[in-house]
Amino acid sequence: MPITFEKVDYSYQPNTPFEHQALQDINLTIADNSFTALIGHTGSGKSTLIQQMNALLKPSSGVVRVNNREIRPDTNNKDLKPLRKQVGMVFQFPENQLFEETVKKDIMFGPLNFGMSEAEAEEEAIRLITEVGLDESLLERSPFELSGGQMRRVAIAGVLASKPDILILDEPTSGLDPKGRQQIMDLVAHLHENEHKTIILVTHQMEDVTKYADRVIVMDGGRVAKTGTPKEIFNDVDWLKTHHLDLPKTTQFAATLQAQGFQFPEGLPLDEMALAQAISQQISPKGASDHG
Amino acid sequence: MDKFIFGRYIPGDSWVHRMDPRSKMLLSFFFIFMIFFANNLLSYGLVFVVLFLAIMMARVSVGFLLKGLKPLLWLMVFTVLIQVFFGAGGEVYWSWWTLQITHDGLISAAFILLRFLAIIMMSTILTLTTKPLQIADGVESLLKPLKVIHFPVETLALMLSLALRFVPTLMDEAQKIMDAQRARGVDFGSGGIKQQVKTVVPLLIPLFMNAFNRAEDIATAMDARGYRDGKNRTKYRELIWQRRDTISSLIFVLSGIILFLIRN
Repeated sequence: MPITFEKVDYSYQPNTPFEHQALQDINLTIADNSFTALIGHTGSGKSTLIQQMNALLKPSSGVVRVNNREIRPDTNNKDLKPLRKQVGMVFQFPENQLFEETVKKDIMFGPLNFGMSEAEAEEEAIRLITEVGLDESLLERSPFELSGGQMRRVAIAGVLASKPDILILDEPTSGLDPKGRQQIMDLVAHLHENEHKTIILVTHQMEDVTKYADRVIVMDGGRVAKTGTPKEIFNDVDWLKTHHLDLPKTTQFAATLQAQGFQFPEGLPLDEMALAQAISQQISPKGASDHG
Repeated sequence: MDKFIFGRYIPGDSWVHRMDPRSKMLLSFFFIFMIFFANNLLSYGLVFVVLFLAIMMARVSVGFLLKGLKPLLWLMVFTVLIQVFFGAGGEVYWSWWTLQITHDGLISAAFILLRFLAIIMMSTILTLTTKPLQIADGVESLLKPLKVIHFPVETLALMLSLALRFVPTLMDEAQKIMDAQRARGVDFGSGGIKQQVKTVVPLLIPLFMNAFNRAEDIATAMDARGYRDGKNRTKYRELIWQRRDTISSLIFVLSGIILFLIRN
């Protein structure tokens, strides 16, 4: 069941001098089992948008529908718990949410809140600690003894433990080293492909967008500026420039070549392989593509 | 937390905004002092004339100020009710057990309400028009005489400005942690008392962890930039007493004198 936004507006601190309209006239559909990347500048409304999806914020006007549950401006807070179980949210720097005495207890915290049995929650904790790539021996340690990257993976395990169908990640790789980044993105890809979770990824890493996402939403000034496949979005180089958004490195390279007279009849390539093929075809026209 | 405007700064360029924080603080204290000497309609009238003058010169909307009263509403209601039911003297209108409503009780309840309004509104004007760091600078400057008795004025001022500086940061952080725990199924502010106390733990532990980590980072950063305990530091932004501070002070002192003439 998809997520839909219908004419959603949202203002922070309405009716004060600090009033600030963060979302304007949002209309969106996010399909089941899709991998959606949400990009845009700081302050463009990305974080506000994702918080509407598990009703941490309720729209000032309009309707958000998640798994056929409606969130309206006057929706009662009591009806939202089942929704928050279905929509897992990994915030920026999620390691800041750890608080329990042991890693295991922290992972079990969410599921127990959502009414899972103690035994089932423990089983999930043991299963997830290896799934996020950590050793089972860490379960009895204090989360505050772990390294930053380990803490982050424990926090993600804590969100996954509630068995959400939809997983929202707000810049899950920020502040990690390249290896830590790769591990987190591999985990996200695994959750999408093998566990068929709907993924919504907020990111500034355009390479991750091209590599993993099948759909991109570009936010600008509280509005949806554009939606499309990564190919559609990143081929509109001029439009991206006017919106001050980066291209993936490969596409940037191809765009520079194109400006020098290279042809990319199938559109600008998004990954190194496609770029290499396109270049080799132009350099030696006799089907050089089999050399890769 | 959004409704909590008491203690927040609104950027602006009004007469009051541009006053010296020291004069603003001194005059706010003087004003509160004045209120306690007001004892009849005429003197309360004068107090409110001064208050409205201050509101006008600060260019803040009265409606916004009134909203700032909200967090203290119950305190005011409680105090006023105590005055209404326990105040003695004059004609008795109604009585039951130890409770009674009297003429004098009603009058003093009304006056106490007016005092509350005036004090809260004036202090709200002070905080709405003065940056927290300016307040800290002002406190430091006003406490300087205490150096004679070796009171650590600079250290106190540094503590004050660091604390004030990190109030909004900690509030933001608390909001973020609350959001993260709500996403993990915590219901803040619902259920019985026992339930509610339980929800404090997942909020406070991360908040304290972050605050301690941040404090250590700041200490390191200050060390790295050669900070040494306060002795004879110069200031980037000096406080300057201007003509508008003198004029404002004169107006307040003058109304203070008038108040003493018209009170009973």
